[in-house]
Amino acid sequence: MIATHNYFTSSIGKKQIMALTGFGLIGFVLTHLAGNFFILVGPDAFNYYAYKLTSNPLIYVAEAVLAGMFIGHIVLAVLLKLQNMGARPQSYFTKVRTGRGETIASGTMPYTGLILMIFLILHLLNFKFGTEYYTVVDGVKMRDLYKTVIEYFANPLYVAWYVFAMLCLGLHTSHGFQSMFQTWGLNHKKYTPAIQTLSSAYGIFVALGFSGLAIYCYFQN
Amino acid sequence: MSKEITVHLKIWRQKNRQDSGRFEEYTLNGVSQDQSFLEMLDQLNVKLVRDGKEPVAFDSDCREGICGSCSCMINGQAHGPEKETTTCQLHMRSFNDNDTIVIEPWRARAFPVIKDLVVDRSSFDKVIASGGFVSVNTGNAPDASAVLVSKENADKAMDAAACIGCGACVASCPNASAMLFVSAKISHLALLPQGQVEAQKRANSMVKTMDEMGFGNCTNHAECEASCPKGIDLSNIARMNREYFKAKIASEE
Repeated sequence: MIATHNYFTSSIGKKQIMALTGFGLIGFVLTHLAGNFFILVGPDAFNYYAYKLTSNPLIYVAEAVLAGMFIGHIVLAVLLKLQNMGARPQSYFTKVRTGRGETIASGTMPYTGLILMIFLILHLLNFKFGTEYYTVVDGVKMRDLYKTVIEYFANPLYVAWYVFAMLCLGLHTSHGFQSMFQTWGLNHKKYTPAIQTLSSAYGIFVALGFSGLAIYCYFQN
Repeated sequence: MSKEITVHLKIWRQKNRQDSGRFEEYTLNGVSQDQSFLEMLDQLNVKLVRDGKEPVAFDSDCREGICGSCSCMINGQAHGPEKETTTCQLHMRSFNDNDTIVIEPWRARAFPVIKDLVVDRSSFDKVIASGGFVSVNTGNAPDASAVLVSKENADKAMDAAACIGCGACVASCPNASAMLFVSAKISHLALLPQGQVEAQKRANSMVKTMDEMGFGNCTNHAECEASCPKGIDLSNIARMNREYFKAKIASEE
């Protein structure tokens, strides 16, 4: 028992849980994007997908796990960041990056993370708990989420905020993806360069995917 | 022919641990570009002593890049601008005439400043001490072929053992994390058969001590790797993460 306690409060333990929850969230983001692509198929397809997803009783289990991952990831991030700030009480007067280490993505992790947390709250308020319209597909009454989405993106300011948040998501995950392998000790001469490329590709893909769909929705108005 | 240059120095001066410290500016003429960085500081100190002022305190010992004593942030980079170079091996030819050079001590909670550019790095010693002993047979030296080690692992262990404990990794890390140092110390024994007996115990207690010393947490920037004068690489941190997880999961305590 003492051993597990030590692991969860240790620096490496916290980092590894951070990586594990991040891994889950990276998977969630990908499936969310896959679902969003139904917007391109049409209102009925998108609404039916959302209906099927939310009417499955297992959704509550999935949502609980997801909420746990988000909360765990955020709480640990705050804890680690506070510790890191405390580890250098007096900052340097002159500090330059070597150019061979820290990147824009890795250097902005806490800030992109903070933006994503704000985005997440607004996102749930705007869509999940947003205006409820109803429609009938194949004789079944269901929520017209498509209409809520299109209506939201009619405002170019909302589109701009959404695109900005998704660029942050791309930046955040492009470092997070490869970082989690390193944290779990998976650093390999052969595979690490491939993982780093895949990590950047993932970041670019989700940023472009989500942003593209938001812009597409804007033009549906 | 060596060229002589003039440099404008902005050096951190701090009387003792309690003093809040400040920068002081000096202009030094006639600095040979063939001099090492520390020789340039010696030249400044000779001048300061002659003028009846307190010389700048800085750490140095071997001055050939293997002891890990010299340590300062030079223009915002640990050990200065050159790659894989300690401060003592940095030469004034890396600077130009009329350059301004800002010199600061390592800054981390676990490395309190004692005086000027000198910091207390005994937290590193405590981490090493907590690693404990290695069980080896005493008596006559065994045959070199008695314990088999692959060339690859011997090389990697030697690369990790090249760590001189200067603290540049902590100094350059945005989080003041000591994970490159600790991982190098864990790695050089974890890679060899002689280090297996206490491997779990060692990973466990060295990480524990590292955390207690108040170092930050690694966020995989790789600034440490880029600043390390001995080129210790990030794969060591990955190995430490593995070793620590293995130790934790197998531990019966």
